[in-house]
Amino acid sequence: MTEDVAIMIKEKTKLSAAGVNLWFGNKHVLKNVGVSFSEKKVTALIGPSGCGKSTLLRCFNRMHDLAPDVRIEGKLALEKQDLYDRAISVTQVRKRIGMVFQKANPFPKSIYENINYGLKINDVPAGERQGIIENALKESFLWDEVKDDLKKPATRLSGGQQQRLCIARTVALRPEVILMDEPCSALDPISTSKVEELIEKLREQYTIVIVTHNMQQAQRVADSTIFMYLGEVVEAGNTSDIFNNPQKELTANYVRGHFG
Amino acid sequence: MMKKLSPVIEWFTLLFCTGTVLSFLVVILYDLVVKGWSTLSWRFITALPTQGMTRGGILPAITGTITLTLVTALVAVPLGIGCAVYLNEYAPDNWMTRLIRGSIRNLSGVPSIIYGLFGLALFVQGMGMGTSMIAAGLTLGLLSLPYIISTTEEALRRIPASTREAALGIGATQFESIRDVVLPSALPGILTGVVLTLSRAAGETAPILFTGVAFYITGSSGFLNQEFMALPYHLYMLSTQHQSIEEVRPLAYGTALVLIIVVFLLNLTAFYIRYKHSNND
Repeated sequence: MTEDVAIMIKEKTKLSAAGVNLWFGNKHVLKNVGVSFSEKKVTALIGPSGCGKSTLLRCFNRMHDLAPDVRIEGKLALEKQDLYDRAISVTQVRKRIGMVFQKANPFPKSIYENINYGLKINDVPAGERQGIIENALKESFLWDEVKDDLKKPATRLSGGQQQRLCIARTVALRPEVILMDEPCSALDPISTSKVEELIEKLREQYTIVIVTHNMQQAQRVADSTIFMYLGEVVEAGNTSDIFNNPQKELTANYVRGHFG
Repeated sequence: MMKKLSPVIEWFTLLFCTGTVLSFLVVILYDLVVKGWSTLSWRFITALPTQGMTRGGILPAITGTITLTLVTALVAVPLGIGCAVYLNEYAPDNWMTRLIRGSIRNLSGVPSIIYGLFGLALFVQGMGMGTSMIAAGLTLGLLSLPYIISTTEEALRRIPASTREAALGIGATQFESIRDVVLPSALPGILTGVVLTLSRAAGETAPILFTGVAFYITGSSGFLNQEFMALPYHLYMLSTQHQSIEEVRPLAYGTALVLIIVVFLLNLTAFYIRYKHSNND
């Protein structure tokens, strides 16, 4: 459980963590975590609340940078690039590794501006933005629903539409990896299935890591699954193996719903 | 029986409290309008005072108060918002920050006459500005700062972390996320604080007493390096210091009414901006 778990040797590793320890103050939250995520695959992070899966996810796009009292050790890498290297800026990291949050958090701006803003601060030339915005909305299955009122405030959209807008905002920047932190936990079943459909589409172009509490969701969308417990990686492997043929008893108990 | 009765008693007690407070407001406004209405006229707000304040209008006091409020805003708003952003977004949570925050809270409890004397010592004499609009504006700015900082910080604190993360997540720097997302989201709260503070400042007398206000000037107020007339001070003089108080009493009521109207307009502006902003959300 301590060694780096290569999920599938023949696949190219896009994102990886090795020997990662993280403390919030004195609390040891991640314990010697080693994981890797294959390129253009969907990997689900599962485990009971407080097991550190969101914390791990947020290590990759350096969301802990501004939090006081956080100490991170170990190596986190995007391909060969050390994500915590002094030579790379945090904004570069976040442009390459996008994130979709638990609760849809569109900016208090219009639908158009929600996507345009990211392009603007990442210095995308003004002439190219219109096309990118349209494309991002199409990729997120939102275009048909919003094309007539792009100037409408994003906060007037439904919860599911807001979350898809947040995904559109992320894909507009053409990241290499998309981190999703329980993206459907606040959505109704219909919106959830739309987002899952979207993930199905996005996997063709992006490496996706999704934290989820929903076992069915993990089985529906993920190629690989990693089970975490109390800050440690317990088991990682093909989704079907993890759910149907787990090697560890802890994993078996969790996926069968005995705890968590 | 008590169980049934007590909600009614509670309701009446609370209604009584609200009613009492409101009745004071109503009495004041009613008194002002009844006694000041006849004085109000176009001439009253556009003419200079004449014949030892017993005739004419109060134009210099109106322009003086408006200019003074603008100078105060220019001093206190950028500094105050900047300070609040630093305290809430950047400053580490340690004893130093807590000390600074505590000091700012205490400053808002300092009596305004002390600000007046401080302004006299620092701006008028120390920095050689003389009694002038700029010295008075800076003094009122200092008085306003603690309120603006506290209300702005409060408004910033109400913005959830997820809003900040939305911007950071797409590669915004901390500064960009604050400038483009956090501050606009907090704007209604900040604006409310700013306007309430400025309308308080517009009505202050003590801080400008030694730093720049004059009982009478010829011509209109509005030059930064000159003394000026202001509505609250004008009102004070007309009500208590004039040699023929009875004769100028209607003018005093008129002045008070104009002061209230100026403050009301200021509040209305803020209300309008907030309304527009909430429509855009």
